Parts: sequence; C-alpha cells; structure tokens
Amino acid sequence: MIPEIGHFALILALLVSLVLGTLPIIGAASGNAVWMGLARPAARAQFLLIAVAFVCLAYAFAAMDYSVMYVAANSNSKLPIQFRIAAVWGGHEGSLLLWAMILSIWTVAVSLFSKHLPDDMRARILGVMGLVSVGFLLFMLMVSNPFERLIPAALDGRDLNPLLQDPGMIFHPPMLYMGYVGFSVAFAFSIAALLGGQLDAAWARWSRPWTTLAWVFLTLGIMAGSNWAYYELGWGGWWFWDAVENASFMPWLVGTALIHSLAVTEKRGSFKAWTVLLAICAFSLSLLGTFLVRSGVLTSVHAFATDPRRGLFILAFLVVVIGGSLALFAWRAPTIGRGGKFSVISRESFLLANNVLLAVAAISVLLGTLYPLFLDALGFGKISVGPPYFDSVFAPLMAPALFLMGIGPIARWKNASLPELAKRLRWAFGVSIATAIILPLLLGNLTPMIGLGLFLAVWVFATTANLVYQRLRGSDQALITRIKSTPRSWWGMVAAHLGIAVFTVGVTIVKGYESEIAVRMAPGDVAHLAGFDFTFVGVDEIQGPNYSASRGQLRVTKNGVERTVLTSEKRLYTVTNMPMTEAGISPAVIHDLYASLGEPLTDGAWSVRIYHKPMVEWIWFGCLMMGFGGILALSDRRYRIKKRSKDEALANEAVA
Amino acid sequence: MVIKARHKRFILIAIGLALLGLAATLIFNAFSSNMVFFYTPTQVDKGEVPHDTGFRIGGLVSPDSLKRQDDGLTVHFSITDTAKTVPVVYKGVLPDLFKEGKGVVAQGKVGPDGIFVASEVLAKHDENYMPPEAAEALKRAQAQGSTSLVMPK
Repeated sequence: MIPEIGHFALILALLVSLVLGTLPIIGAASGNAVWMGLARPAARAQFLLIAVAFVCLAYAFAAMDYSVMYVAANSNSKLPIQFRIAAVWGGHEGSLLLWAMILSIWTVAVSLFSKHLPDDMRARILGVMGLVSVGFLLFMLMVSNPFERLIPAALDGRDLNPLLQDPGMIFHPPMLYMGYVGFSVAFAFSIAALLGGQLDAAWARWSRPWTTLAWVFLTLGIMAGSNWAYYELGWGGWWFWDAVENASFMPWLVGTALIHSLAVTEKRGSFKAWTVLLAICAFSLSLLGTFLVRSGVLTSVHAFATDPRRGLFILAFLVVVIGGSLALFAWRAPTIGRGGKFSVISRESFLLANNVLLAVAAISVLLGTLYPLFLDALGFGKISVGPPYFDSVFAPLMAPALFLMGIGPIARWKNASLPELAKRLRWAFGVSIATAIILPLLLGNLTPMIGLGLFLAVWVFATTANLVYQRLRGSDQALITRIKSTPRSWWGMVAAHLGIAVFTVGVTIVKGYESEIAVRMAPGDVAHLAGFDFTFVGVDEIQGPNYSASRGQLRVTKNGVERTVLTSEKRLYTVTNMPMTEAGISPAVIHDLYASLGEPLTDGAWSVRIYHKPMVEWIWFGCLMMGFGGILALSDRRYRIKKRSKDEALANEAVA
Repeated sequence: MVIKARHKRFILIAIGLALLGLAATLIFNAFSSNMVFFYTPTQVDKGEVPHDTGFRIGGLVSPDSLKRQDDGLTVHFSITDTAKTVPVVYKGVLPDLFKEGKGVVAQGKVGPDGIFVASEVLAKHDENYMPPEAAEALKRAQAQGSTSLVMPK
C-alpha cells in the first residue's frame, strides 16, 4: 500500500509540475497576475508530493519490503539501518528520485526567499524550474519507476553494492546533487532574464547567493567523493579522472567561472551575455553528468543500470534543455546590452582571463570524457585517455589561472596600472620564487612540477596576505572594527582563495613526495617505507553484519618508537559474494600512513600495499576552506537585510 | 606613439586568438599522445598491435592460468577472447574482483617474447559486470566463428 501511495504522489507531482511549468510563464508573458500567482503554491505542493514519495520509498527500505523491485535489488535484511536508508539513492531509480526531491527543495526555497523579486521574474524562474522537474518526473514514471512491484516478492534483497556501504554514501550523493541541481536556480534566473529581457545588476545580485550556495554544495560534495575514494578503493589515490568524477568536475569548473562572472555583472554591469551563457552551461553540464553516470554508457563503477530506453530519454531531454536554452540565448542575447567599458589592465580583464581558462579547462575535460564514447558509438574502436592526458592539460591551464588569482583581487576595476601592480606584488613574487626553490631542496627533490606547484601556492598565500594587509592598515580605527567593517563576502573570497592555495600545496607535495611499496608479508615480517618500519602482526577473522572479513594489523614504528597501528580488512560480502578492501589509514597534518591488504598467499602470508602520503589531507582541507569561504560570502549583510534589498528592488523596478 | 582604441581592440583580439590556439594545440597534442587503444587477444596473436607504445587488451582470465612467483607479487595468467590466448605477467597486487573465468582489462606492452607485460590490471567492482572492452573482445571472437570455450554467463 505504502509504495502505491508513493507512486500516486509522484503522478500528482508530475501534474503539479506541469501546471508550474506552463501557467506562470504564460501569465508572465501576458501579464496575468492570477496565473503568475500560481507559481508559489504550485512549488510548495510539488515539494510536498515529492517528499511524500521519497518518504514512502525510504519507508519501504526501512521496513524491508522486498515486494518492491528497487528495494529488493538494492537492500538486504542484514544491511544496517543507516545504509538501508542511504540505499534509497544507491541505484538508478532512487537517485533520480533524490534528484527530483532536491530540485523541489530548491524550487520551494526560491519561492520562499523571493519576496523581493518582481512578480513576473519570480513566476518565470519557478516556471522554468517546474519544466525541468517535468522532465525528471516524466522520466521516472515512464522508464524508471522506483515503486515498481516485484511479484512474487523476493525473500530477501540482493544487497547494496558493498562499495557503497560506507558513511560516504550517506553524505556524498545528497551533497553532490544539492550542487548539481542548485545550478538549476542560476539556470532558471538566466532563462527568466532572457524571456523577460531584463538583465541588470539587480538580476546578478539576486542570482549570486543561489549560485554561491550551489557551488558550496558541489565543492563539498566533490570533496566528500574524493575522500571516500581515497579510503574506500584501497589504492591510495584521491582523484582518478574517472568519467564519473569528471562529470562532477565540469560543472564545478564552469560554476566557479560563473560565480566570478556574476561578481563582475553585479559590480560593473559587464559580461552579461557571458554570465548567462555560463549559467546555461553549468546546468547543462550537471544534466550531462547525471546522464553520464546514470545511463550506463560508462565503463565505471557508478553505472549499474543499462537500459537503452533510459539513455534515449535522457539524451532527448538533454537535447531539448541544452538546445532550447542555447537557441533562446542566441535569439535573445543581443538584446541584453553591453556593460561598462574596461581597459586591458583591469580587474575585469583578469577575471575574464580566469573565466576563459576555467572554461577551456572544462572543455578539455569534456573532450577527454566524451570523445572515447563518441568513437565507440560510431564504431571506430575503443580508446581510452587516462590520467596522463588530464595531468598534462591541467597543469598548463591552471598555472596561469592561479597566477592571475593572485593579481585579480588587488587590481582596480576598470583601469589598473601594471607598474603599480608589479611594485605592490614584487615582495610576494620574490617570496614565492624563493620558497619554490629552497623548500624542495631542503626536502631533497626539486622537479619543475614541484617548483611550479609550490610557487603558485605560495604566490596565492602571499598575494592574499598582501591584500588583507593593505585592506586593514592605515586607518585610525581599531583593528577589530576594521575587520568587522569589511564585508563578509570579501572575507569569503579571501578564505576560498587561501583554500585553493592549501589545496595546491597538498596536491604538489603528495604528487612530488609520495611513495609506496607492495610486499609479501608473513606474520613478524618488517617492511620499510619513508623512514618507518611496518611490522606485520598477522591476520584474524572477524564477522560483520553482512560480511566476513580477514583483519590484518601492521604496527608502525620509527626508530623503535611505536607510532600507530594500521588495521586493514579484506571483506567478503556474503550476499553479493563480492570482496572489498578496507584500507587502514593513520591521517595527520604532515602525512598519512596508509596500508591495505592484498591477497592471502601461502603460510599465513599476505601481499600488502603500504603508502606514505605526505600532506594529502591538505587537499580536502583546502576544499573545506573553499566551502567555508562560500558560506562566509552568503552570510554577508546585504543578503540578510531584507528590507533594504526590497527597497532597492522596488527602485530598480521603477527605473526599468 | 598613440595607440587608437580600434587598434588596441584588434591587438587584444589577436592575442586572445593566439592564446586560444595555443591552448587548443596543447590539448590536442596531449590528447593524441595519451590515447590508449584497445586490442583483442586475437589481434595480439596476429601481431596487429603497436610494439613501441602501450595498449589495452581485454577478455576473460583463462581458467587455471593464474600462477604466482615465489615473491608472492609477480603473477602470470592469460587473457582469452575464447579464440586466442595471450600470456600476461604483472607485478603488483591484483584488484579485488580479479578472478579466473571473469572479465578483465590489462594495460601494458608486448615484450619480444610475446608475453604481455601489464602495468595496470583492471577488474570492475561488480560481480556480474563485464568490462565493456572484455565483452567487446568476446563478441568479436564469436563473430569470427571460432568459439572454443563456452561463454560464461
């Protein structure tokens, strides 16, 4: 009964989203206030209905209702309750329901926090989001219904893929989807602006916090995924340039360009058309990401479902959304108008250059991800482009981007002076060069990549420090007053940029100085790596809720002093009969020690992999700082003072 | 010399185009030099594979072909597309789902002795999931009508 209620709620949600996707937009075009007014109640009704469906599916998982096909395929009675709930989005159908659910959350959030928007603008924005929702709900109801019954019911479920039975599964997908789907708000703002022909600084100011929030979620979602892969796959890697990772990274690159371009549009009125295009691209890439991951076209762990009808539907949906919005852009963009002029040396120029670099980087990832698929689809054989391609493309593209990141915030809007900039930044430059050469020499290995990476990281640190120093010095006020009087959005930028620097340090050091060994170890054997001695204690057998495991322990000592014990497990999940490795990791600021059991050999010996990963945690800490910077920017006063912005909106309306 | 606004814009556009051209060259160079092609064991057997660069082969791990050297880390096995079989040597820890009779993809080079020296062995994280390359190799071998093994389901 409960699953039928969920199914019925989905059908009702589709009907409501059809209303939401049509009447308010038509009303906005014809000036019908009643139809425009439908947008807000429809957004709320849609959210409630999808939430009911979501709760019904979660209930089916919690109650172990194996007469529901999706539950039977992705759960098991021995699966712990937290994973049974997370299994709601463990497969194709449920993750689409999560997508639709999150879209309805964003839609209802826009309807709640848009009182200051003109009525027609709000109606169009909610309408566009409703149209996107129509696509997803239709898709679910037509070809991938999570509530489909299995008759007769299965005695027990086939269990969730062991790879997904991890706390990472509880946080990573919802965070990532909050990011993906969050770009639908920026997308809807852009389409609404194109439809209404109204694209001004106020538009950028309204659109900005939504875009920043989506970006924060995406950043943290990717971080969680990367961290999860690091400890779950047992290979010690943190980024594999896997197509699924690329699918989330492309919207991030374009989204990062978008939040910077929006800043220019708000402050200077420039880059309008470019901003709109970026918003369309960011969301299109999010859709493409969903398509890549969920249609089964990839040779990847995430693509469990293989059903050509689904692929065809998503492909058609993509063509309609991307093609339609780009056509609308081509038609309406010339009416947007040009922004303020700026000279070659100005903050605008630096931001534009960074935008172009980020966009080119996104294109290069797109090429590396899609080209092999195209060749395969056209019958030209199978090829693959691995990490070496992405590594060799990314360094030369990101190096200038990071360099410009140091200059951009310091340069003046409209017209900056190069000699003045050079004079102001000469110390930062000197310090960066010196560190980039001396530090690797002290560490005993200087390669061009290590030098470049450290130079860029220190450059961003030093220029940001210079920026903060110049901002805070030289007035009579107390330091604390000066810190407080500086807008939080500015501090947000500082935090995010420092996050990039921390991230760059992590990537450079771990790539430059990591080491690993794979050895055969019998109990009592000692392996040596990076000055540490790893003693293999041995393996004992343990029993988990839905798996049995061999647990191996390595005692780590340095100069005879015990440092830590690494515990790695080789699990065999009984239902799926799949082996899984749980790595043993000792994380620290300076370095991670990482060990994973390989295979059992003769005489109680095992093959064991041991990794020394210096400063690898900095990678994720840098991402956290970026996310924190975004949140800081969102807490800026101007977003909190409702009344003022309302007055401004009215004033803008009067001007328009 | 006074640079007119029009000239300035022209120079800017020229610089922009040059930089984009540079980026495009960079990307396509990197792309073509890092492309890894895929071959089936039959193609390896016929010698239709490059000798100086690496490539991927895929198929099934032949039953009872897995041998371990005394160091416990160097393994010998063979990959078959049911028509032809290629011997493979790999030093390292095999992925969790590596099993005899299951699908596998290996990346590496063919040595002068005809043995494929793998630098990487991939087996995907799903019990019944066949890597597309491996499935492709079996399909091609079947199409040539020389099936000598029963295809496992």
